[in-house]
Amino acid sequence: MIELAGLTKRFGTKTAVDHLSFQVRPGVVTGFLGPNGAGKSTTMRMMLGLDHPTSGTVRIDGKHYRELAEPLRNIGALLEARSMHPGRSAYNNLLCLAQSNRIPERRVGEVLDLVGLGAVAKRKPKGFSMGMGQRLGIAAALLGDPRVLLFDEPVNGLDPEGIHWVRNLMKALAAEGRTIFVSSHLMSEMALTADHLIVIGQGKLLADTSMAEFIHQNSRSYVRLRSPEPVRLREALTAGGLAVAEGPDGVLEVDGASTEQVGDLAGAQGITLHELSAQRASLEEAFMQMTAGAVEYHAHHGSAAGPVAAGPDAAGQAADGAEPRGPRWSKEG
Amino acid sequence: MASATAVLRSEWTKIRTVSSTVWTLASALLVTVGVSAGLCALSNATFDDLPEPERLTFDPVLISFAGLTLGQLAMVVFGVLVVGTEYSSGMIRSSLAAVPRRASFLFSKIAVAGALAFVVGLATSFLSFFLGQALLGEHSTSIGEENVLRAVVGGGLYMGLIALFSMGVTAMLRSTVLSLGILVPFFFLVSQILAAVPKAKEVARYFPDQAGSKILQTVPNAMNSDPAPYGPWAGLGIMVLWVAAALLGGYLVLNKRDA
Amino acid sequence: MIEAVGLTKRYGAKTAVYNLSFQVRPGTVTGFLGPNGSGKSTTMRMILGLDQPTSGHVTIGGHPYRKLPNAPRQVGALLDAKAVHGGRSARSHLLSLAQLAGIPARRVDEVLGVVGLQSVAKRRSKGFSLGMGQRLGIAAALLGDPQVLLFDEPVNGLDPEGILWVRNLMKALAAEGRTVFVSSHLMSEMALTADHLIVIGRGQLMADMSVKQFISANSADFARVRTPDTEPTQREKLVTVLAEAGGQVLSEPDGALRITGLPLPRISDLAHGADVRLWELSPHQASLEEAYMRLTQGAVDYRSTDDRKAGLMQQQPPGYLPPQPQPVVPEVPQQGWYAPPPPGQNPYAGGQGPYAGAPAPQPPAGPPSATAPGAPVSGGPAPVPGPAVPADAPPVPQAPPAAAPADLSKNEDPR
Repeated sequence: MIELAGLTKRFGTKTAVDHLSFQVRPGVVTGFLGPNGAGKSTTMRMMLGLDHPTSGTVRIDGKHYRELAEPLRNIGALLEARSMHPGRSAYNNLLCLAQSNRIPERRVGEVLDLVGLGAVAKRKPKGFSMGMGQRLGIAAALLGDPRVLLFDEPVNGLDPEGIHWVRNLMKALAAEGRTIFVSSHLMSEMALTADHLIVIGQGKLLADTSMAEFIHQNSRSYVRLRSPEPVRLREALTAGGLAVAEGPDGVLEVDGASTEQVGDLAGAQGITLHELSAQRASLEEAFMQMTAGAVEYHAHHGSAAGPVAAGPDAAGQAADGAEPRGPRWSKEG
Repeated sequence: MASATAVLRSEWTKIRTVSSTVWTLASALLVTVGVSAGLCALSNATFDDLPEPERLTFDPVLISFAGLTLGQLAMVVFGVLVVGTEYSSGMIRSSLAAVPRRASFLFSKIAVAGALAFVVGLATSFLSFFLGQALLGEHSTSIGEENVLRAVVGGGLYMGLIALFSMGVTAMLRSTVLSLGILVPFFFLVSQILAAVPKAKEVARYFPDQAGSKILQTVPNAMNSDPAPYGPWAGLGIMVLWVAAALLGGYLVLNKRDA
Repeated sequence: MIEAVGLTKRYGAKTAVYNLSFQVRPGTVTGFLGPNGSGKSTTMRMILGLDQPTSGHVTIGGHPYRKLPNAPRQVGALLDAKAVHGGRSARSHLLSLAQLAGIPARRVDEVLGVVGLQSVAKRRSKGFSLGMGQRLGIAAALLGDPQVLLFDEPVNGLDPEGILWVRNLMKALAAEGRTVFVSSHLMSEMALTADHLIVIGRGQLMADMSVKQFISANSADFARVRTPDTEPTQREKLVTVLAEAGGQVLSEPDGALRITGLPLPRISDLAHGADVRLWELSPHQASLEEAYMRLTQGAVDYRSTDDRKAGLMQQQPPGYLPPQPQPVVPEVPQQGWYAPPPPGQNPYAGGQGPYAGAPAPQPPAGPPSATAPGAPVSGGPAPVPGPAVPADAPPVPQAPPAAAPADLSKNEDPR
């Protein structure tokens, strides 16, 4: 359990984290989302006692970080891929950390095997790929077999097999009753991993809800229907007080209803359905919707600067009429 | 709190598992001993060509530490790297997450690295002394003479303190490059040059290296150096004050600043 | 158009790329997939003339890269975002590239605008975040307004807004008729971006087809069906009917049924015939990741998942572990919005989760609910309990992973 109470961090006049209060509960994977500059890293660093809060507190299982006698046994963290000495072997890097918290040396070999670095334990991280560095960081986080784990962008640099492994690792750790707090920019990855979400923007809490609830609240959801008897179905639904819209390819779309409701209505009339499915937006779409106002710096905006600028005149190419290319969801509205 | 011995063990592992420890300390020893030996041999051969005042105040002990001016730079590099690579590698975040009490972290590191530097310093100064005396022939002295043992042990202390001072400064600056960029020119150039400039040397003699190296002299105003307003132990005391200030500053910065 | 013919690269005794032939066509985004060490980077480097093929050749628009007239105007590449002189400002970095290729300086400011770095154009790239460095790399790739673009892990370090932007950028570039070749490890991202896939494993071509084809060729589509919770008998009835009709029926964590081997209308008719009302009948396509995993299973050079830690936590001497409260059995997450991989065929489901088999010292009184059908957290759907499953049903995963540490050693052998 991680508890934040009124956590605030100012750098000069800039408020990076602004009265943040939330709890990260054990037993589930909690995703931590926010645009760049939202204060995610600062928050995670304060959780680990690396940054001092300007005001407010963070408690790990009820204690301040500095009160933890051997913190690696309580909380493990993957903060940045490179937080190891490049000239000291992977094994010795972990050994230093283990010794400082009186973790038996045997454990170092165990976690290295666990993350798949057993064969390169004696090599220096200097020559590691980004993915290997990431695995080493994960090994460090697991070293003390902690009840609380923080992961900042855990899949950075991993290949699909590694990504899959990390995802299952986090879920399995949560299933053991541990507290798992993961920050990531990869919405599609988060959607597969996290059960609960904490979203911040410009240092403030924007949402603290379950994944399903978050998507539900921040995007349109509807029931999609296919039937060989569309006319009858439509009538039955309208009679049942539901608003029906025509979709592409003879699909019917019903807003504001559950599949149960629609299934019961159709069933009562004996109408055959070839599809009855709930359609929800992706986490990405919901996230974009929610943080639209809180993004600190945009790649490009407005119609003037389409992603592909006009070719240089010297190249003799006509400027292609760069049409506004808004985010996908805005088109689908 | 994390037990002190556990943190000390961890810091010892950190030091012994990087190659920079070996090459910095080895160069400190080899450079000091080598250069000293060379100068001793040279002095012995050309003793009669030395100017009169230098011949009168000839200090066979001090001359056998002549390589220290250069060798101490390796000690500076050692001290800087011990603390600086924590920052340059990002290891500092892992370290402080493991040992959140920053005093415990910093002073364990400094204790381990300082002890190691002192041991290597002592070995260096004894080697330097005996080899130097062997090469000085008739101008040599022996360890039993007055003040000689003090000077030789002092040489070891001096090297240890130089390393500690560098660690403190690096903890304040939080950067390997910056610390090396300041400390190496300071000890190798600035301090030496200022010490030779009339007015400036009044100040320069209170610099850590100038004050600390007083302990290496066994003859008053050895090698025709300027008389200092403090004795050998007082000089070393001045250096200790510098070191204490640097370490305190380093601790305050580490404690105050975000990692 | 990029064309590789019999491309081979050996480093000493190791063959990094072997007899690779493919075409990357204009007008689509082509994804380039493969496990670590499969030769992706080497291939990219050979395309760009950075490495010389041992044999075979690769051409861009008909010419080898080194013979391309004014290559920077024809090909843009984002290979390693860190290949930037850290001491230079973003703008002067781009300016030096532009001058080398005879591109007017005005274009530098254009691309800086495109990637959103105008406000930091004067800053040294040393202080850039990974995401900013990535944007700078993309700016450099766009500088010559090239017809052929190569991107290696383009979304690395970008935030969600940036990821969306890059995705749309690549699609837009392809829509303009350019050739866009993207390598990435993020399957979910690739599924949204690429139209066509080239998959390599151990340096050899494993697939060259559209994303749709790839997914259906390498995994099974299925239907999800839910019957009213209020009438459990209807569910059993439906399971029996579907099984008799030749469908394979499995149970999902939330009680829904996962059916393979029957088209949706047929399921609907069968339900109708059995007088079973449906609360859900939705088509699901397997994920790209799943399809990819299946295909490359044998070609992964180096696997992280190592089952040895099965005993990891049990080995701890008593007293080493922090006191372990009774494991909390998490609520099964609502999974309606994502299709769990089909069981049995899934190379990574179930017991292989690194920790899956290593719960804290097996709670002797492991809460019974932990082994209830709904409990597997990392695994696929649990087998349908009860008599409804025909005896010849496909093999289903073993008991939930948390309860089966003994199985782990077995899992290791087949691999």
